[in-house]
Amino acid sequence: MKEKIIEKILMILAFSAIGLLLLITVFIFREGLPVILKSGLPDFLFSAKWAPTKGRFGILSMIISSLAVTFNAILLGVPLALACAITLAEFTPHRWVVVLKPTIELLAGIPSVVFGFLGVIFLVPLIREYLGGPGLSLLAASIILAIMILPTITSISIDALQAVPLLYKEGALAMGATHWQAIRYVLLPAARSGVVTAIILGMARAIGETMAVIMVAGNALKIPGSVLDPVRTLTSTIALEMGYSTGDHRQALFAAGIILFVFIMGLNILATTLMRRK
Amino acid sequence: MKFFSPIVWQLMVKTLLWSLTGLTIGVLFFIIFVVFVNGLPQLSWEFLSTNPADMGRSGGILATIVSTLYLIVIALVVATPLGLGTAIYLTEYTREGPGTRIIRFGTECLAGIPSIILGLFGFAIFVMAFGWGWSLVSGGLTLSVMLLPTIIRTSEESILAVPLEYREVSFSLGLGKWQTITRIVLPSALPGIATGIVLSIARSIGETAVIIFTAGSSLRFPNTIFESGRTLAVHFYILAREGISMPMAYGTAAILIVVILAINISAYLMMRYFLKKYS
Amino acid sequence: MAPKIEIKHLSVAYDQVPSLRGINLSIFDKEIIGIMGPSNSGKSTLLRVMNRLIDLTARVTIEGQVLLDGENILDPHYDVNRLRTRVGIVFAKPIPLPRSIYENLTFGPRMHGVRDRRTLDERVESSLKAAILWGEIKDRLHESALNLSGGQQQRLCIARTLAMQSEVIMLDEPTSGLDPISTAKIEEALRILKKDHTVVIVSNNTKQIARISDQVAFLLLGDLIEYGPPDQIFTMAKDKRTEDYVSGRFG
Repeated sequence: MKEKIIEKILMILAFSAIGLLLLITVFIFREGLPVILKSGLPDFLFSAKWAPTKGRFGILSMIISSLAVTFNAILLGVPLALACAITLAEFTPHRWVVVLKPTIELLAGIPSVVFGFLGVIFLVPLIREYLGGPGLSLLAASIILAIMILPTITSISIDALQAVPLLYKEGALAMGATHWQAIRYVLLPAARSGVVTAIILGMARAIGETMAVIMVAGNALKIPGSVLDPVRTLTSTIALEMGYSTGDHRQALFAAGIILFVFIMGLNILATTLMRRK
Repeated sequence: MKFFSPIVWQLMVKTLLWSLTGLTIGVLFFIIFVVFVNGLPQLSWEFLSTNPADMGRSGGILATIVSTLYLIVIALVVATPLGLGTAIYLTEYTREGPGTRIIRFGTECLAGIPSIILGLFGFAIFVMAFGWGWSLVSGGLTLSVMLLPTIIRTSEESILAVPLEYREVSFSLGLGKWQTITRIVLPSALPGIATGIVLSIARSIGETAVIIFTAGSSLRFPNTIFESGRTLAVHFYILAREGISMPMAYGTAAILIVVILAINISAYLMMRYFLKKYS
Repeated sequence: MAPKIEIKHLSVAYDQVPSLRGINLSIFDKEIIGIMGPSNSGKSTLLRVMNRLIDLTARVTIEGQVLLDGENILDPHYDVNRLRTRVGIVFAKPIPLPRSIYENLTFGPRMHGVRDRRTLDERVESSLKAAILWGEIKDRLHESALNLSGGQQQRLCIARTLAMQSEVIMLDEPTSGLDPISTAKIEEALRILKKDHTVVIVSNNTKQIARISDQVAFLLLGDLIEYGPPDQIFTMAKDKRTEDYVSGRFG
């Protein structure tokens, strides 16, 4: 009898996760949907006019900024991450790997605000000096984000590379390929789905990042013309304006949150499906 | 590309890869180095035990440490039973089927929600709908949602790692299911579960977006959990962004990194120790 | 004298595939019953029915009755936990719990309410003596059981069922991975134990069965082919299949 009760309690606890997910979805949509409906979805998404006080809620510039920052972060971060993954998975003696892999993962533990801070102190002036512009820019945000998503992509890619059956590599080497040739023509293609998953997860992380971006991106509300322009992403806007917003404005921020939520959920589901299919 | 023999090409590639890896690790050490060099000198007993004064320009960080602790405790008190219970249910009481798939889907989705959306959620439900305002309890509960997927995942892995045979022995001695779980399975799974919890703590300490939206940023020493409070990470963020005080900012950052590093390293060592002990 | 365990028309199927077919068997107290047969004959299944460990397996169909002291243990209302304290099992692979030797032995009794320290100590000592292990480890009771050798661990597992004061002790190929000395010690322990217990042993080793059993059951692919004293089974088998198995023509 007691066993039955315990089982029921555990079942309720277990469904809490999905319950919370539903709750979150409901709340965010409840707060934000009215504004989207009022402005109309096309206008909300494709107008660059964000003037909350005048009742204009177009988030296009933020969407573009978010996408640009993420895309550049991927551009910079993925090659670096792959380099680390290949080096650690293939070229490093096991004794060192045991030390180096956790070290890179440690990078993931550093709070985003610290990244942002150091970015402001070191990176931004560098950009301003040598490349021009205010320094607080799309570029700065991209670089910082690249460093931040690096551990994630590296870690998953290492796992993907190590998961490739040894047979493939040995087969290539037995045919006279150099180690690098075996990696390039056999291992990497075989690990492709794992690496792609890693990249997608990195993207999801980058687009959802808030604090570091606020600190180095400049937060100017316009569509960026060059990487040296200051930008404001979806996340920055929500974070910066939430504190003092009221009424429609506040709901519009939730609406921006909906767009972000949907996009990131999509990326995550894509990543998990890819991981499962493997 | 045809000009170089494969071996020479490989050498070039290897050099490139190693340099990039070195660059990455270099960045990590650079970060830690800069923060420590500028921040460690700030750390003193006074710094840790005095409250912030003058908007954080002087004094110490006591109130923020206390707020951070409150927040973490609340988050864990909620997330651990929920997470552990879910893990136990998934591993011990069900077989793979539509029910478990729904639970796993929910958990994975929850894991993917960015912190700012969680912050929005926490704001909408705890701060506004429940009427608790910016408070440590709002922050703690929102934080627990963030930690839940991690705790579920690590608990599940740890429980699955306990050999099936132990359960059979327990049943053959006449123990019931729940007794078997509490007396045999959980004690053996404890190291892994504890590691998951410890890693959650490390994550919570660095969190900012979730907390600013829900716990606010009051610098006052929190006397109840219904008050607003500023955590270490939020304090650092405000100091840095408003340019209030560089030494204070570095000092706070140093504490943050020291604690997070310490937690990660001890969690790692803990796992290694227990793996060796039990296998 | 009434049998300790009576098995009536027992049939077991996993996922519709039959494992035991209409088994009828009477097991008497104070005897060692040896169950032998080639792999997949249902020997382990039979044991697992007798302490209802088979409940843990999914998609199993069971028909028939198993009477312990006259009560049908397959009845859904029968107290399964109590059954398992009365019918203990030792598995093929020794499975000590990751605890000290002392804790391994007192774990079961404590879970069932025995708290008195002296009673527990007595049970530990008497069960280890009966399993012929006391002399070797009496000074190491609080060390981890994982440090014992394979043979010692298996005797510990036997001692564990004795500490529970089980009336029936079942052993599923208990010496299959052990050296001859440990095997001999265990067989010696069983010979002594049968004086106050019912012992059921499953083994692939026909010589072992011949050595220690009072009654032998020969199972072949789910059917009980023959059941009788070792003299009969091993020298004057009634069924040709028994004779073939015993003389090594298959198995």
